Amino acid sequence: MAGAATPAFRLADEGRRLELSGDWVIEQDCPAFTALRQQLRQAQPTRLACGTEALGDWDSALPAFLLQCHAYCVEAGIDFDTAALPEGTRRLLGLATAVKPHRPSPEPSRSLLEALDLGHRLQEGRKIVRDHLEFIGEATIALGRLLTGRANTRREDFLTFIHQSGPDAFSIVTLTSFLVGMILAYLGAAQLAQFGAQIYVADLVTIGMLREMGALMVAVVMAGRTGAAYAAQLGTMQTREEIDAIVTLGISPMEFLVLPRMVALVLIMPLLVLYANVVGIFGGAIVAAGLDVSFIQFSQQMTNVISFAHLGTGLLKSVFFGLLIAIAGCRAGIQCGRSSAAVGEAATRAVVTSIIYLIVADAAFNILFQELGI
Amino acid sequence: MSERRMHIHVDQLTMAYGSNLIQQDLDFDVYRGDVFVIMGGSGCGKSTLLKHMIGLYPPAKGEILYDGKSFNRASEQEQFEMRRGWGITYQTGGLFSAMTLAQNTALPLQQYTALGAAEIDDIVAYKLALVGLGGYQDYYPSEISGGMQKRAGLARAIALDPEILFFDEPSAGLDPISSQLLDELILEMQESLGATVVIVTHELASIFAIASNSVFLDAETKTMIDYGDPKILRQQSEHDKVRKFLARGGTPGGGPA
Repeated sequence: MAGAATPAFRLADEGRRLELSGDWVIEQDCPAFTALRQQLRQAQPTRLACGTEALGDWDSALPAFLLQCHAYCVEAGIDFDTAALPEGTRRLLGLATAVKPHRPSPEPSRSLLEALDLGHRLQEGRKIVRDHLEFIGEATIALGRLLTGRANTRREDFLTFIHQSGPDAFSIVTLTSFLVGMILAYLGAAQLAQFGAQIYVADLVTIGMLREMGALMVAVVMAGRTGAAYAAQLGTMQTREEIDAIVTLGISPMEFLVLPRMVALVLIMPLLVLYANVVGIFGGAIVAAGLDVSFIQFSQQMTNVISFAHLGTGLLKSVFFGLLIAIAGCRAGIQCGRSSAAVGEAATRAVVTSIIYLIVADAAFNILFQELGI
Repeated sequence: MSERRMHIHVDQLTMAYGSNLIQQDLDFDVYRGDVFVIMGGSGCGKSTLLKHMIGLYPPAKGEILYDGKSFNRASEQEQFEMRRGWGITYQTGGLFSAMTLAQNTALPLQQYTALGAAEIDDIVAYKLALVGLGGYQDYYPSEISGGMQKRAGLARAIALDPEILFFDEPSAGLDPISSQLLDELILEMQESLGATVVIVTHELASIFAIASNSVFLDAETKTMIDYGDPKILRQQSEHDKVRKFLARGGTPGGGPA
């Protein structure tokens, strides 16, 4: 802006007159109100009139300044006369002061000890655990209704979720389990070669995939893929009041939304794990072939160690893992807040919770199997 | 009022989503200081027209000129500068839910000006006070009512003292009193800022209260069938459809003006 005059104010006539000059526009460096407040405090006028003879251009900068001036005048009991201001400024100022500013109730200040508030946190923790158990309980009741054929679950939904969590996840499961099989083989080969027992790579890969890595890897992939998707789907429905609509139609969201997702994942998980086991062992066999264990040797050794116990433990785990992922995802979605940011938080919570669930459950299973000698 | 100067010129505009034609051969002017209403039945492409006018969708054919300058043919820098002069409120608010009202209103100021944090705070306080939300700086959009959200959207739209204000269904979902207050606020802002206002609405009360000019889009013929002051169109439009729309389905016939 060429030739713009610097905006300034001057308190004249013993503080009774506020003279504004220059161009009060945002691009200019406009004076802050704090300077005027100090001068007004010293002068302590009972009346303040505006003088605008030298005022040039103005935009929001001017009313923003005057609004603070007005607020101070109201507080200090000064009669603020705006008659001389430009018509537009006066109207805008009138509009801005028409509604009394809202005073939010102040947050109570707390000491450090209170801020830590261990008792409160403990209560929060108990509430979270109770919420989880409640959700699992409700889901179980809904499952019972489904099994007795009384649940309000749509078949089409169920098929969609089967498709989403099964065939759509095929490529990523192939990739991860193939690589995990290879990793297992490399890991074992390095150690076993020290006493010339490379042939046992086949045992390691087979048992490792069947009992542990197949189920766990597929579960981690599904937690990130399907669990997060469930949370985002249900969270978005929550923000768009779709879940409210379902409840008021007399439909249980547990049966209508959670069950089809949960059952789909629980049915699909063992199949995916079975597939992952095959791919993983194949990956291990390829690595072993590079370490002088031929395919034939590998497959012979593999058939020796494969047992129903190994296969069964992995598949049993996978069913539970699927259940846990679905619970974590759906719970995060159903309890999602109502803003768009909350959907993102729900997805994050779904993944974090399901991974914690998975690790804890896996550890528990291993202890159990050890004790039972399976 | 001084002579009417052209501000926005929509030139032979055709809008389409792929091969799906929405409206064609739209040709009208919006004058400086107008409160211009885009009206028409549901699904006729009113909001789509607005989205074309604010540069979100490129025209399938034709152009939209601002003070004689085409937005779509302008360079990126020029588009940036043109956008600075626009204030827009969206149908569903468009407020950032992860930000407080103060942060929402401050965003355009941070984007387009070199103001410091304290100065931005002052201006934000003033803008929120203008829409009657003084003191609500630290609230999140989800913590206030629908009417307040609309007004907060307006505060963000006027943050930069825009030359043109675009409103997409500003009073949708508001009660008649709130919607009337919002209309008055829009008019007051328009007069004190001297801005041009473009509104999409089908609320008759709003249309007659604030519009100085309007265009009527027809969903069947897929083009504009009338253009002018809606108070005059209600009585004198050649099209039955327009008179019926403005008389709320009844026949305006010999009724009082």
